[in-house]
Amino acid sequence: MSQESIEKACAQAVRIRNLSVVFGQRPVLEDIGLEVAEGDYLGIIGPNGGGKSTLLKAILGLIEPASGTVAVFGEAPKKNKGVIGYVPQFADMDRHFPITLREVVLTGRLKQGMAPFFRFSREDKEIVGNLLEKVGLAELADRQIYQLSGGEFQKMLIARALAVHPRLLLLDEPTASVDAASRDQIFSLLAELNQSMTIILVTHDLLAVLSEVRSLACLNGRLVYHGEPELNERIVNSLYGCPVDLVAHGVPHRVLKTHGEGGSQ
Amino acid sequence: MIKAMLEYQFLQNAFWAGILASIVCGVIGVIIVEKKLVMMSGGIAHTSYGGVGFGYWTGIEPVLGALVFSVAAALGIGYIKRKGGTRSDVVISLLWSLGMALGILFIALMPGYPPDISSYLFGSILSVTQTDLYMMTGETLIVVLAVAAFYNHWKAYLFDEEFASVIGIRTAFFEYFLLILIAMTVVVLIRVVGIILVLALLTSPAATAAIFTANLKKRMIYSVLIGNVFCFAGLWISYRMNIASGASIVVISVLSYLTAYLVHGRTGKIKTSSGSHGIRL
Repeated sequence: MSQESIEKACAQAVRIRNLSVVFGQRPVLEDIGLEVAEGDYLGIIGPNGGGKSTLLKAILGLIEPASGTVAVFGEAPKKNKGVIGYVPQFADMDRHFPITLREVVLTGRLKQGMAPFFRFSREDKEIVGNLLEKVGLAELADRQIYQLSGGEFQKMLIARALAVHPRLLLLDEPTASVDAASRDQIFSLLAELNQSMTIILVTHDLLAVLSEVRSLACLNGRLVYHGEPELNERIVNSLYGCPVDLVAHGVPHRVLKTHGEGGSQ
Repeated sequence: MIKAMLEYQFLQNAFWAGILASIVCGVIGVIIVEKKLVMMSGGIAHTSYGGVGFGYWTGIEPVLGALVFSVAAALGIGYIKRKGGTRSDVVISLLWSLGMALGILFIALMPGYPPDISSYLFGSILSVTQTDLYMMTGETLIVVLAVAAFYNHWKAYLFDEEFASVIGIRTAFFEYFLLILIAMTVVVLIRVVGIILVLALLTSPAATAAIFTANLKKRMIYSVLIGNVFCFAGLWISYRMNIASGASIVVISVLSYLTAYLVHGRTGKIKTSSGSHGIRL
């Protein structure tokens, strides 16, 4: 490998080639090719069951692909523990587990492997304290997690992912079950974080995708689109399989960039 | 009873057995309840009956046979659960029945008069021997040390397995390790409450403790103390009324949990209506 191509590989946060994932007999992802440059802010949209979360899990190395390769900063995901911060889907979490907000974020500071009688250092606790300030949860630090609202819970999961000090942040629906104010806080936080790390965001929030991210991928089993954050009807139709009214509920803006008042494209 | 306890070795053994059983139950029970592994633990417990029968048949210590069988069941269940493909509840129920059937089969194969095995099914804390106690002590030490040494890892693993795996914690190792610890716990409990009644002593102290605290470590400690109360109350009733100790311990456990649950339900409602934040310490 020449010096140049090594540098090129390093500049890529994620490189996915010919990735296919099969659950039982059912193909979930087919022949995905996707490259995410370091420093990018990629939004992934698609219908339910379109494989968005599965793609994240393949990048995390939680799922064995049927074929194809995934590289994170030029290495297989399994060798890259501690480089990726992960915000899992809110709906999958056990919200009644007996644990405080601070304890959850501290788990992000656990060291790899097995250290018996591991105790969190003063530095770990400081890092977590600062992160809680950053996401605006410092006052709730000693609350049990069942006492948190949806927005507070999501911000806690983001703080936990950041406690790892990741270079790549993967978020699965971080604005699901979140009130409007928290949603705005989360997006401004992500914009700020993007200055120092690569972000991949899976979302249903079409409005956010178009206004916040740097690039967009549309996933419906296959990668339908990857490029500038613009949607047109052709992409949306192939994504959802039917014409979709691209007006978000309760938001007086059209999502389609090219849909002016005249309606011509 | 205290005077009798100083006098009789079997009552002293019962006392120590109760303490050891409460400790493992408290620690592992909380984990099982939180991780929703209760049915899996039932499967492991009942499979161990095969080991008891195997022990009688081959002439090795039946409790040792139970340990080998339950650890094997734990590893098997763990493997099937990880594979995902087969429905794990089906496999668990099959192992559950198979273990019991093998136990009966091995005892039938045994030459001579069949032994009284009901003490393994329903427990008999008053017949715990010195050898049983040594084995129980060893198992309790291993369980408590394993949980204490990796407490922060356990907490991360129990709360969110996927995230733990992403930050480089070996979750497969912890999963198998946990199942083996459950197997050891079950064997400790067999002498006290028996195979069939194990589930009550695993879940009841943990669930009762959960009513009083939402802190994982405190929950384990409370659960140990509550388990002790249950064991000694049951032991006392068993001694006084001359009924099977396992049954009396289990009845006490279940009644106490139900009472705590109902009483808390009443007072809990009053608390929330008075507008407090409902912070439970």
